[in-house]
Amino acid sequence: MTTNPVIAPSAGDTLSRRGFFMKLGILFNGVAAMVLAVPIVRFLLSSVARGQEKGYLSWVHLGDVTKFPEGETRMATFRNPFVMPTDGKTVDTACWVRHISGDQFQVFAINCAHLGCPVHWFPQSGLFMCPCHGGAYYRDGERASGPPERGLFEYPYKVENGVLTINAGQLPTPGDPVARLSAEKPSCV
Amino acid sequence: MRVIKKIGEWFDHRLQLAVPIREVVEHPVPRNTASWFYVFGSAALTVFLLQLVTGILLALIYVPSAGEAWSSLQALNHQVALGWFIRAMHGWGSNFMVAIVLIHMAQVFLFGAHKFPRELTWIIGVFLLLMTLGMAFSGQVLRFDQDAYWGLGIGASIASRVPIIGPAVVKLMLGGPIIAGATLSRFFALHVFVIPGMLIAFVSLHVLMVLKLGINEWPMPGRIVKRTTYEAEYHALTKSEGAPFFPYAVWKDMFFAAFILMAIAACAYYFGPFGPTGQPDPTIIQTAPKPDYFFLWLYALLSLLPPSLETPFLLIGPVLVIIGLILLPFLSGEGEKSWKRRPIAVVTVLMIAITLGTFTRMAQFTPWSPHMNAWSGEPVPDRYIHGTTALERQGALVFQVKQCRNCHSLGNTGGQRGPTLDSVAVRLTQDQLIRQVIQGGGNMPAYGNNLSPAETTALVAFLETLHPATQSPARDAARDLVLSESKPKSATQP
Repeated sequence: MTTNPVIAPSAGDTLSRRGFFMKLGILFNGVAAMVLAVPIVRFLLSSVARGQEKGYLSWVHLGDVTKFPEGETRMATFRNPFVMPTDGKTVDTACWVRHISGDQFQVFAINCAHLGCPVHWFPQSGLFMCPCHGGAYYRDGERASGPPERGLFEYPYKVENGVLTINAGQLPTPGDPVARLSAEKPSCV
Repeated sequence: MRVIKKIGEWFDHRLQLAVPIREVVEHPVPRNTASWFYVFGSAALTVFLLQLVTGILLALIYVPSAGEAWSSLQALNHQVALGWFIRAMHGWGSNFMVAIVLIHMAQVFLFGAHKFPRELTWIIGVFLLLMTLGMAFSGQVLRFDQDAYWGLGIGASIASRVPIIGPAVVKLMLGGPIIAGATLSRFFALHVFVIPGMLIAFVSLHVLMVLKLGINEWPMPGRIVKRTTYEAEYHALTKSEGAPFFPYAVWKDMFFAAFILMAIAACAYYFGPFGPTGQPDPTIIQTAPKPDYFFLWLYALLSLLPPSLETPFLLIGPVLVIIGLILLPFLSGEGEKSWKRRPIAVVTVLMIAITLGTFTRMAQFTPWSPHMNAWSGEPVPDRYIHGTTALERQGALVFQVKQCRNCHSLGNTGGQRGPTLDSVAVRLTQDQLIRQVIQGGGNMPAYGNNLSPAETTALVAFLETLHPATQSPARDAARDLVLSESKPKSATQP
């Protein structure tokens, strides 16, 4: 038993039977890893990929236009269009609706354009204020002061049969303000 | 006794662990490392084990579902016997963990233990620190309340700023388009499986290297580390004045570990568990989310940085810090170990500690956040109204109703976002006050569109009364001159 010959590493041209099977085994495992990697990676990236093809956005009803008196800014809530069974209350989303006049609206995301904290509307001073780092915005969503680098995020909207509808479904963030459909409107800089 | 010995031998015949364990336990360590300064590593390990145990206990009740996590935390707090205590132990354990890891790191650095041949031990330690912070953040998310919800929003807002892949990173982090069920589930997987698994592997390597390379000897000024000679010197040192780790050095570790465990238990008992605060319902916006204490410095930094610097700072800063920490043992792998001969090292540690401490302290009373209810909850103090005219009182009313109080304090109440106005009339003349109110400036919004001329007049009249009795309000001398010059002119003109 102790005289087991040491298997010489296959030198260049000669390929031993053992060495061949070793290499074949590595190759076989490589193939298996690739076959497994495809579904694993696609599963892991599923939340990203969906956003790229079809998008999470869709039109959501905010309610009757009469709910929002002209010249005022009111809070509205909607259920996020993309829902999973374990979401609980987290799919309920708030936003600020400013009814300018007639069919003219502005619908602002609740999230501060700085770091996403919920902004509060103060009708008396006509300001949105953020409780986190003190960002402030004017009634038209323009940045007034504080750390935000831009105005409030706006949802594209339309009024159909007296119902205010917005294009929503994704958390707006500074790097992804989700205003693709509102390209025709001048967005805040 | 003989039976026990027999059983022991039966096991060891199969496991063959007795010899390596004895070697570990009795390996000689430099005599002077049996110091109270050398107890933080083992304390961190102890707290890590505590977190494993209490974490598993919490998982017996906790439900990682966005719909039920909050109520399962309530059940832990109020329904399950001593659930509150286990939650409190886990929460305080995490606070202690971060603190001890940082102290351990500072001690190791000041004692030169990152130098040759322990570079890799240090680098793995850097990753352990990052994982500890990862555990701290993901743990705060699992406490799925308002703070966790909006904290995730802050995390997403930061992640979104990464160029090009930012939006994808956000969706990957949230597990979908918004903060919801999938978000909590993936943070649960990170907090309970992924990071702890990596922690166990890395802690094992870290400890293994401490055993293989030996505990860093007490640094003596003038004893220079050289790659060529250090290992032989260290070996000679442990031979000449070494002592077996057990029991010579280990008793201090054991005492300190027990002390830390008792301290965590005491904090848990007296201060109780952390939260949960309000329900994670995004339509309830009456909240001022705040991170846990180990990220308070970041919270302060994010509100104090100039807006234009923020994104580069957030994205490049951490990368530079991590690269710097990893390169540190290569840049200063040799030379003096003693802090007595390394003034820059000492100053650096002090600077970092003072900076983090100051930011943390500031974040505890958040002077940059408006007080959302000050305008309706904190009236103008009586003494500022006493003996004022009707116009000035009207101005005080405007001051209150237009939410000026949310950012400006009077008599130590109200927000601190803007300057306190107790003596504003000394600083600004009437014209300057009008300009500031109408046009804003500095960090103040312009109120021109939200104040009628009458309101502005009243407000400025009130602001002009705000000066100490012994100091007169600021006056623009040139203005008086202009007025006095223009008067006779206008009289002679017609």
